[in-house]
Amino acid sequence: MKQIVAEDVNAYYGENHVLKNINLTIRQNTVTALIGPSGCGKSTFLRTLNRMNDYIDSFRLKGKIEIDGKDIYAKKVKVEELRQKVGIVFQKPNPFPKSIFENVAYGLKIQGTKDKKFINERVERSLRQAALWAEVKDILDKSALSLSGGQQQRLCIARTLAVKPSIILMDEPASALDPLSSAKIEELIGELKEKYTIVIVTHNMQQAARVSDRTAFFYVGELVEYNKTSELFTNPKNKQTENYITGRFG
Amino acid sequence: MAQVELEIQALKDNLLDMIELVENQVSKCRKVIEKKDVRLAKEVIAGETKVNAQELAIDKDCENIIALYNPVAGDLRFVLATIKISNDLERIADNACSLAKFLKKYVAHIDHKLLDQFDIEKMLQTCTVMLNDMHEALKKEDTKLARKVFDKDQTLNAINRKSVKSASTLLKEHPEDHKIILRLFTIVRNLERIGDLTKNIGEEIVFHIEAQVLKHHKPEQSKS
Repeated sequence: MKQIVAEDVNAYYGENHVLKNINLTIRQNTVTALIGPSGCGKSTFLRTLNRMNDYIDSFRLKGKIEIDGKDIYAKKVKVEELRQKVGIVFQKPNPFPKSIFENVAYGLKIQGTKDKKFINERVERSLRQAALWAEVKDILDKSALSLSGGQQQRLCIARTLAVKPSIILMDEPASALDPLSSAKIEELIGELKEKYTIVIVTHNMQQAARVSDRTAFFYVGELVEYNKTSELFTNPKNKQTENYITGRFG
Repeated sequence: MAQVELEIQALKDNLLDMIELVENQVSKCRKVIEKKDVRLAKEVIAGETKVNAQELAIDKDCENIIALYNPVAGDLRFVLATIKISNDLERIADNACSLAKFLKKYVAHIDHKLLDQFDIEKMLQTCTVMLNDMHEALKKEDTKLARKVFDKDQTLNAINRKSVKSASTLLKEHPEDHKIILRLFTIVRNLERIGDLTKNIGEEIVFHIEAQVLKHHKPEQSKS
């Protein structure tokens, strides 16, 4: 469950037309960066991929978003199951006010998993995948809020990984972090793409260039250009893209 | 204007200055022959220091832009092209300086017919025009003009090929002038080399503006 296809997607907040005729295919086991100036629709588009926008009353979507050939906005879709498979990590780390262990185990427990051995193994595996195990293995019962910002963000990633998603969405995951923590997140993204499909919104052009395989440039709700990252950053086809990535505007 | 734009424009201005400087070096060599003016030859020799300093300054500017501004797309291509162009210009200037040193020693005495046999003046004229074209092509971002360098380079290559026969004939007819004839034969090679280096500059200008790589392509493919 990893390939994402957006077909003629139009999104609205009330009368405000925020995404216009978006057509995009995100292949499995790739990292796709969404870039563009503030208000261009990139975070809105990201949230359409796991229906987080459903929480916004005025939000409407037209068109189709398919994950592995299935329309995620079809009536029979169970949104909770979708969000298990399409996890999301936000800009500001948001660990639960629980222990480190309980944060990662939470998703499993609310799914009904009771097997302690299974939970323990899954928690360890997720923390290892999130490159956090070595730092927290001896303090798993400590409050997650006692961790540094960078560690909290990796804990949030571990929490997402614990429920075995196929796709991970990241909305500016490193923008609130110091450069070293940000670098660790980028390194983690590089490791995770072996097994997951990752879509990341970022304002940091250099980060997009470093971590992603493909980059999508959004502007005023439109998808202006979508290409291999190396192509987009060396020879963009669209003048607007060139002006944005060279800092002429935005 | 964004700071990166200002830096790129300043770098472009410096590169245009360097092309002009090197063009003048080559052009002066032709005037040395035309006017038998040894002072001009000395000017070319002294001017070599300025060209080298210009190359180092451009290298430093490129390094700073890469480190501080992370250029991408057209800006990146321009910086990469500039590094190569300034290196080619420095080597062109080296060749001009070698020629000036020869002319300083021999221009007053050399038989002009020997120079004509090797088409030295024609080669110098062609090289000067090529460099001028590259200056204009870069300034106006005119890739059509940049591509004109490929035909002119062919002209220099043809003269170079002909020089083997010319040297052979002259050595038989004027063995007493063997030293000068061999030096002139080397100078033809130097001028043909200037043509090659200027052709490289044309290729880099096309790369910068069109993102098209012409290196190692046959001449016919480079013209489109």
